[in-house]
This record gives sequence, C-alpha cells and structure tokens, in this order.
Amino acid sequence: MNSHYEELKNIIKIYLPEDVSVDEITPNSHLINELNINSANLVDVVLDVEDHFDITIEDDEIEKMDTVASALEVIDSKINTK
Amino acid sequence: MNKRVVITGLGVCAPNGVGLSQFTESIKNGVVGVTFHQQLADLGFGCQIAGQPEITEELLSQYFTPLQLRDLQATGIYYGMIAGIDAWQDAGLEAGDKDTVDYDSGIIFGTSTLGVDKLKTAIEMTDQGKVRRLGSSVVIQTMSSGISAYLGGYIGAGNQVTTNSSACTTGTESILMGYERIAAGKAERMIVGGCNDSGPYIWAGFDAMRVLDKKHNDDPVKGSRPMAADAGGFVPGSGAGALVLESLESAQSRSAYIYAEVLGGAVNSGGQRGSGSMTAPNSEAVQKCIQAAVRASGIKPEHIDTINGHLTATGMCPTEVKNWSLALGRSGDDFPYINSLKSMTGHCLAAAGSIETVAGILELDNGWIFGNVNCGEIHPEILEIVSASRIPRKTMDLSLKILAKASFGFGDVNCCMIFKKYD
Repeated sequence: MNSHYEELKNIIKIYLPEDVSVDEITPNSHLINELNINSANLVDVVLDVEDHFDITIEDDEIEKMDTVASALEVIDSKINTK
Repeated sequence: MNKRVVITGLGVCAPNGVGLSQFTESIKNGVVGVTFHQQLADLGFGCQIAGQPEITEELLSQYFTPLQLRDLQATGIYYGMIAGIDAWQDAGLEAGDKDTVDYDSGIIFGTSTLGVDKLKTAIEMTDQGKVRRLGSSVVIQTMSSGISAYLGGYIGAGNQVTTNSSACTTGTESILMGYERIAAGKAERMIVGGCNDSGPYIWAGFDAMRVLDKKHNDDPVKGSRPMAADAGGFVPGSGAGALVLESLESAQSRSAYIYAEVLGGAVNSGGQRGSGSMTAPNSEAVQKCIQAAVRASGIKPEHIDTINGHLTATGMCPTEVKNWSLALGRSGDDFPYINSLKSMTGHCLAAAGSIETVAGILELDNGWIFGNVNCGEIHPEILEIVSASRIPRKTMDLSLKILAKASFGFGDVNCCMIFKKYD
C-alpha cells in the first residue's frame, strides 16, 4: 500500500466516532458513509493533511477526497507537483 | 391545571468547588474561591482577583471526547458541560444511546458571551487572511447556544434545546423557562442553568466600568463583600450551575430522589425608567417581580424562610434588601434569613443565578444556611431595615421549607423564583 497510508490513518483516527475503531479503516473506506466521520470535520482532516504533508488542497479537490484511497491520490499528486 | 415540577438533579462548576460534594463542603465551611490572577495584573486591570473554577485536563477528559477537546477554547462550554452532565447523572439519568432521541427531554442553558478565547483566535486569523485555516469549530464554540447544543447532543435531547441570555439574570431565568415548559406539559425533563466564560476578555468590560473591587488584590479572599459596610465593587467570577427539572409524575414513576419543588417564579423588566437604567434596576419593578413570584407560587410572603439574594457588593446591596423588605412587607426580626453566595465565588455573571440556586437547594436539602463571609460589619443602611440576626455570618443549622431566589441584570431585567423542600 501507498507509503502515506499509515500517516493518513493516523490523521483520520482522531475524527472517528467512539464506536468506530481505527482497525476499521481500509483503503476503500468511505470517510463519511462508512467511517461515520462528521462531514463538518472533513475540513479539519484537510487542514491536518496540509500541515502534515506541507501541501495546500483547494476546495474543489476536497470533494474528491471521499474515500481513504481517493484522499491518498490527491495527497500524492500534490506532493509530486511540489 | 399546571403540572407540578420538581428538582431531581444538581450539578455545579464553581470557583469554590467543582462537583456537588466539594461545593457543598465549601459553602458550608465558608471556603472562598476568589484568587489573584497574575494575567490580570500583567494586563493592567484595576481588579486583579477573580473567581474561576479549577479544571484539570484529566477532569475534562471525563466530560468530552478527545475530538471535542481538540481546539476547544470556550471555558463556558467546559463549565456548562461539567455542571450539566453532573446534574443529569445526579438525577439518575443516562446519556442516550446513539440512535435514541428523547423527545421528552430538553435544554434551556443560558450564557452571556460564549467562547471569547475562540473568538479571539478566529478574529486574529481572519485579520491575517487565514479564514480557510480556521477549522470547523469556530461557530459551535462561539454561538451563544453552543452550550445547549453540546448538552443536547450528550443526552440526545429531542425537546426544546435553546439558550437564554439576560445578563446576570440568565441563570435564574433559565430555571423559570424550564419550569414553565414542564408545568405546561410540553416537556417531562429539562436541564436548565447557566454558564459564563472566564478570563480577561470577559472581565475587562466590567473593570473599564470601574464597578469591580480594587482594594483586595493582595488579599483576594476578602475581596467579595456583599452587604458589608465597606463593600466597594464586585469580584468577577465564572463557572456554571445546572439543575434537572422534572414533572413530579416522571420523577415519581422512576423513583427519583427529589431535592425540592419549584413552586413558581416571575420575570419582568423595569423598562429602564424611574430608578432603572441600562445598568441599574428599577426598584419598583424589582418589588413587583418578587411579589409576582410569591403570588405565582401560591404562598404568602411570611412563608419565606430564607432569601438567596443577588447582592453583588457594588454598593447596591442596601437597595436590594430594602426592595425585598418592601415587597414582602417584612423587616427587622421578622425578615427572612438572607445570604449571598457571591462572597465565596465572586459574581459569576450569567452563571450566577444557577450556581446560587444550586447552593440554595443544597441548603433546603441539608437543613442549614451558609454564612455570609466577609460581612463582619454589616452596611448601616441594611441594619436600618433588617436585624443583624437575619444575616448569618457563619453557617447555621436550620430547618427550612421555602427559599426565595432572585437575580437582576443589565438591561433592567429581574427574575425571582420560589422553591420548597419536598416532603
């Protein structure tokens, strides 16, 4: 799996509701529908991702980050074009 | 026919005690929670002492999830959640599971300004052009109703969830509002109360008005002096108090412990006319409010055993005592016992009425009235109206039946509540 997967998992885990365990995160997990992350917290996930990877994610790109895998794609493309 | 309403849960986060047991011990023993604040001194405040609950990270972790605590910069929400959740649990009730909405339970939890520290951060970042970096929690921490929203989510409240705001009347007014809702049959249980942020951005405006005590920066415990001859301003405070109000039927059906019955209350305004203004109460309206509360409660003025006053120590204490005396037609040795919790907590602003009501209900429940500390020499104008024996300076054992509580606030607003020991 992508080298940034574990790092993203670490970022995501604080936003999980109490009844969702970190072990339930898989590459295909949908952040809102499956991991039950509050949609309002997606912007916080993005800010944490920006800080951690030193990248900037535009608003229209946030919409593409609906699963763990698609979030990783956005992160990778941002890192590669730095 | 109105439903009878009782108090089945209490919670408190006060400068002199966090949690019911510590608070009860403190008020019984005259423990003062007013301390010197170096930050206020560094910022050039005239009044450098204040009442602020002592909260640890460990304590917060018992009331908030790690996610909620992240970037939480609203002390009013700390205090309100601690008091509100404690009250709910004290009533023997549980947080609802994640799929159940309790349509019979609601929240009316007041505040003045909420989340000022968060607001400061947001304002600074906004001015720096960093709006997109603010994160998602600015609104929920700075909207006045943030505290009722947090509490509503905790219990799964499906009835009315709102926040009232009427300056220093807030905490008492919330009790009246919750009482009326249950009495009218619109809810079975309500968490009511008030919270107030702490810190320089809350207290600065009062310091600027020159209404705070400035003489006890080196002796904070003596700073808050309600009814004293030398009272020279109030000491700012903060915190939260909470009560679970419940219909008598609901309380009985689940065999809940009943602290007291809410007999009734009244709210009004002096219209900022006559002796009233934006910042001072119209005495006529204060008297009418007290009389209306007595009438609504179905008691006679002579039935009141003790008064938990507003009594802030700004120099208005004699006027307040006179208003009580005229409203009730009682004076001298016939006057009810009267005390002010503010001598031990400072003036907790929007939280004051709720913290003080919790103290008053504890008095009814335990059979004593707490003493007015820092009131060695009673103001001579008060002694012209009331015998010194009616102003206890130390806690005294006393079998009490009926307590009157009033709060008054900027905007010339008043609220008075009457409570009766349940038997």
